[in-house]
Amino acid sequence: MSDTEIADIETVPVKRPTRWHIAVFLAPAFLVYTAVMILPLIETLRLSLFNMVEGQLAFVGFRNFQTLFGDPRLSADFWNALRNNVIFFIIHMLVQNPVGIAIAAMLSLPGLRFAAFYRSAIFVPTLLSFVIVGFIWKLILSPIWGIAPSLMDLVGLKWAFAPWLGKAETALIAVSLISVWQYVGIPMMLIYAALLNIPDEVLEAAECDGITGWSQFWKIKLPLILPSIGIVSVLTFVGNFNAFDLVYTVQGALAGPNGSTDILGTLLYRTFFGFQNQMGDRSMGATIAAVMFLIILAGVALYLFVIQRRMRRYQF
Amino acid sequence: MSKARSAPVRAAFIHLALIAYTLVALFPVFLTLVNSFKNRNAIFREPMALPTPSTFSLIGYETVLSQGNFVGYFQNSLIVTVVSIALVLLFGAMAAFALSEYRFRGNTLMGLYLALGIMIPIRLGTVAILQGMVAAGLVNTLTSLILVYTAQGLPLAIFILSEFMRTVSDDLKSAGRIDGLSEYAIFFRLVLPLVRPAMATVAVFTMIPIWNDLWFPLILAPGEATKTVTLGAQMFIGQFVTNWNAVLSALSLAILPVMVLYVIFSRQLIRGITSGAVK
Repeated sequence: MSDTEIADIETVPVKRPTRWHIAVFLAPAFLVYTAVMILPLIETLRLSLFNMVEGQLAFVGFRNFQTLFGDPRLSADFWNALRNNVIFFIIHMLVQNPVGIAIAAMLSLPGLRFAAFYRSAIFVPTLLSFVIVGFIWKLILSPIWGIAPSLMDLVGLKWAFAPWLGKAETALIAVSLISVWQYVGIPMMLIYAALLNIPDEVLEAAECDGITGWSQFWKIKLPLILPSIGIVSVLTFVGNFNAFDLVYTVQGALAGPNGSTDILGTLLYRTFFGFQNQMGDRSMGATIAAVMFLIILAGVALYLFVIQRRMRRYQF
Repeated sequence: MSKARSAPVRAAFIHLALIAYTLVALFPVFLTLVNSFKNRNAIFREPMALPTPSTFSLIGYETVLSQGNFVGYFQNSLIVTVVSIALVLLFGAMAAFALSEYRFRGNTLMGLYLALGIMIPIRLGTVAILQGMVAAGLVNTLTSLILVYTAQGLPLAIFILSEFMRTVSDDLKSAGRIDGLSEYAIFFRLVLPLVRPAMATVAVFTMIPIWNDLWFPLILAPGEATKTVTLGAQMFIGQFVTNWNAVLSALSLAILPVMVLYVIFSRQLIRGITSGAVK
């Protein structure tokens, strides 16, 4: 019998041998995770309170944050990046997640043929690296190669074509939609899994009550998958406020045209690492990372403590 | 049971919608692959046509393999991805076993601590990670990337694997203990083989972001000798931006490994998502 079971049975406190194996099992994961992830996160937060004063790293309290929010040089960039990031997120919530849910709802219909094929094909873009996605969409949307204009010509919409990625008014929407195209597979997969987990008895009962088709989706399935939609939303939030790669590969580190696609990730990269005329600034980089951390933490906390608590979970 | 749910007209509409979206999803990939096998003129004149004997050309692949250091980049990506996944699976499974099998003080707390990383991206610690890697002399080494990706992959791996390990029968483990197996033998010989499907799921989930990552290679290992495929392709596009054959071939080559692994593991992936990850 194992010593854990002995511990459960005994009521009198007995001195039991130290179970070294537990420590051995936990140690590698704990050490790597702590050393490479948690400590650097804490150190980054700490660094945001320091800055170079006369060549020496000195504690400056919240002055870096004051500079970031209020100094004319940096704050314009920061507020612009934050606003763009919010738009980026809203477009994902309005397009990516509903499309993902719709596809999942169709895929999970009983007796649908080729479901596995559709599911795999629609998930393919999620596997691709940003370099591929960025470059190929730049080509497709480019007026030079002419794929997008000629495709739009087929349906008589050629007049509506514009070099969307090159115009400041449309670039952010275009980049967001490319990102939506790439990531639709994730809500699709998670919602699909949630829909498959709804027991047949529930759906059969609904059918006996005459609830079928659309109304079945709205009245029965949707309420049951709300927790999964919540998870998808918070994953989207974390991913979007941490995004960098797609904007970098499509529009470069300057997130052009004219900063119209700059988001917090690209701003962090330029500020921390330096780019062209800009010198890298470690403390300001840490400050931006700290702000991103707080935004993401706030979003996750909101989800965990407010939304998830209110959500009704159904036990089957 | 579901005659009413599968009316033929409705089914046709659903197929139409799904086919339309499938085309949207696959079209850019198709475009890349098809044009990588065509000569330069054909790429421009007939971008959507399949290669014919007169337009077929492998010039792009020749350029990529001779001029770029692509073989080296591939090797780097492969080393980083494989070693990171191996470490994530080994360390993650060990920790998951400890958390799901034993009752000890601080178990829940440890579980929560390790789960933090699922929601908080490691990228936010970059400033200090770079500082630490500089101090440890690990900048421009594959080790630095492996460490970062291992740390990044562990939280989700532990989370998914401990869900699965709870389903391994207690009788089996008790029988093992009665036979005098050590806790290590129980883990490696009894439990690990049983959670192999879950390990495959975790491997896929871990692999995709590592293989595709641009941020950490750009910051921690941008040197020629340590470039990964993703970073190499990004740089390559910058240098050869006018050589479309070469760029399209490079991109096609970069697509290949992920696709192969996805085809191998896709069934596991679905099973993993449905049974563990979302609950």
